[in-house]
Amino acid sequence: MTKQDETPIYDALQRYIKNRIVSFDVPGHKQGKGHKALVDAFGAKCVSMDLNSSKPLDNLTHPTGVIRKAEELAAEAFHAARAFLITNGTTAAVQNMVFSCCRAGDKIILPRNVHKSVINAMVICGAEPVYVNPGVNPELGISLGMSAADVREAVAENPSAKAILINNPTYYGVCSDIKEIVRITHDAGMLALADEAHGTHLYFGDGLPVSAMEAGADMAAVSVHKTGGSLTQSSILLAGANVDAEALRQTINLTQTTSGSYLLMASLDIARRNLFLNGKEIFKKVCDMASYARTEVNKIPGFRAFGRDIIDGGAVYDFDVTKLSIHTRDVGLAGIEVYDILRDEFGIQIEFGDIGNILAIISVGDRELEIERLLGALAEISRRFAKEPMNMLDHEYIDPIVAMSPQRAFYAPKRAMPIKDSLGRVSSELVMAYPPGIPILAPGERITAEIIDYVRYAKEKGCVMTGTKDMSVENIETVEE
Amino acid sequence: MELWYTEEHSENTRFSIRVDKQLFSEQSEFQRVDIFEAKEFGRFLTLDGLMMLTEKDEFIYHDMIVHVPIATNPNIKNVLVIGAGDGGTVRELTRYATVEHIDMVEIDKMVVDSCMKYLPQTACKLTDPRVSLYFEDGLKFVRDKVGKYDLIIVDSTDPFGPGEGLFTKEFYGNCYKALTEEGILVNQHECPYYESYARSMKRAHKRIRELFPITCVYQAHIPTYPSGHWLFGFASKKFDPINDFDAKRWEAIGLKTKYYNTELHKGCFAIPTYVKDLLAEADDE
Repeated sequence: MTKQDETPIYDALQRYIKNRIVSFDVPGHKQGKGHKALVDAFGAKCVSMDLNSSKPLDNLTHPTGVIRKAEELAAEAFHAARAFLITNGTTAAVQNMVFSCCRAGDKIILPRNVHKSVINAMVICGAEPVYVNPGVNPELGISLGMSAADVREAVAENPSAKAILINNPTYYGVCSDIKEIVRITHDAGMLALADEAHGTHLYFGDGLPVSAMEAGADMAAVSVHKTGGSLTQSSILLAGANVDAEALRQTINLTQTTSGSYLLMASLDIARRNLFLNGKEIFKKVCDMASYARTEVNKIPGFRAFGRDIIDGGAVYDFDVTKLSIHTRDVGLAGIEVYDILRDEFGIQIEFGDIGNILAIISVGDRELEIERLLGALAEISRRFAKEPMNMLDHEYIDPIVAMSPQRAFYAPKRAMPIKDSLGRVSSELVMAYPPGIPILAPGERITAEIIDYVRYAKEKGCVMTGTKDMSVENIETVEE
Repeated sequence: MELWYTEEHSENTRFSIRVDKQLFSEQSEFQRVDIFEAKEFGRFLTLDGLMMLTEKDEFIYHDMIVHVPIATNPNIKNVLVIGAGDGGTVRELTRYATVEHIDMVEIDKMVVDSCMKYLPQTACKLTDPRVSLYFEDGLKFVRDKVGKYDLIIVDSTDPFGPGEGLFTKEFYGNCYKALTEEGILVNQHECPYYESYARSMKRAHKRIRELFPITCVYQAHIPTYPSGHWLFGFASKKFDPINDFDAKRWEAIGLKTKYYNTELHKGCFAIPTYVKDLLAEADDE
């Protein structure tokens, strides 16, 4: 019999509070008794559940009681062999996947449009990247997924690589052929890791792209807080049967807090129950709302809500329809401008805007009334703010030249210099441009004339540049060779 | 037996009516719908516990939301009414033979059904052949309409429930688009007295002002609404409610009204100083 309607951590917190246990442990606010301002701000019920590890509440670093039980229920719900509750964000879940299979000098195959947490993981553990071209849709100006053919080639060229990392899906909702990639990975004796920061719902809804665990991946970092309804920073790391779960727990314990938040853990418990019991229905509604919104957006002059129409069997093998991605070029506004107008003029906050697109996330918490507000506001933007269609930024994929490991470059003696003068040097930091959200440079990569040109061009076109120590992104830290 | 209906007009202020009996009580998809009967006020409708109308004083609200815009432009033919599930606004509109068509958009069918059954005083004209009823979100309905209506009346609930979308800039902008070049938008504009209502009033005013060339606010005294002092917003593309008003023309139509008259038409736009100040503040926010 399923026990998915139980919430062991939340229930244990309720019992603990009812027993009126006197606290001479941390946290020092003592369930809010000594801190009225905290109670006034967050509410007594919330603050009373902010408790410390103890026998009745178990311990996140060595779970044997209610946390272990909650992890078992999560594993069952996500069709994984094991699940670990993560309170340090999906960044931690992603990094632990890398730490658990790569030692210094080991190779990992990954698409260039990985989240920066992956690149930072390599800085910390010393793994060496082998990048696969994710492809770019030139019309939309977004980066896509890895084609199975490109992965096969990378595996053949790098037979000693330990793992392959797959975005499932990307921020924009693009999915690779993860089943085939897992097969290629396993045939080569490597591990398949999935960054499912934007994919919680894939485990519970019908008619959505395949989830990593279902595709046979070995580990997946699932950001339950993003589309699954738990509190921000709570996450789950899933492991398949091939993974030594106890060893993985040891890896997690290297960096995870020893004061895991019970609010975050209980929220994972409650979200998991809700997703298991009601997920099918919830995501049916989410898909219906997204599909309605897509149809209606496409009736508004100048906006194009793309979806399954961009599937091409290669770099776009599947598409997650719950991501309402809207191309804004023909309305004559950059995505980032539409993003700002929506917030400043209409009080609507969307997930992000880049040069050519905006992204609205539709999830557990949405209702038709809010969808109508977004549509009404887009209709107004088209009526009141439209300009001449703008030119898109053309960007060709630049094959990075990895001169040394990200770790070696990050910790090397450095010299800062203007980017325009840095030809031929090795970057010791990350340079990102949105769009398309691909690192232009990661630590350890050789700076070419093409890259210098691209940085100048992207800045001219109004891309948001991040990653460098110099906040104005004029100077770059380079390795003293 | 002591049976009382109570609405909290603010956190610290209550308004109560002794109830004789409850006629209807159900939870719809959007809100809780109740209809009561009372000695003092006759039958009355509440949504999520908030007073919508009583048989005794509904004439004030419905006179003012309909006759002020139509007396400003007696050529109004096509009207869109948003909200107004009780039917009172439509009842007043249908008194004009010159009004050719009324689209009424109410999100909650249960409000219309229950009012048809228990509040015939207001719902009596919802079956008029000139009226088309739509049960959907007003914001959605108006989005794809262009240059279609001479008058839009927003007879909504407060902006804390399903009516929230009807107080937004996107909604007012879509209404602007849906109006003809001579179009007028009238909306229930909350009360200036209690802080939470005054905040809604200011926000609505600010948003409408940014979109329409002619905007003003007028008032009425409605005993069963919070503070008894209620405002309406008047926004227009062409007609000024006072300069373009021809009292004789309206009087010639020969309608008998219980609250509205042509003297009051001119007077209702004269608003208290503190309300003027609040509206001026709204522009700076």
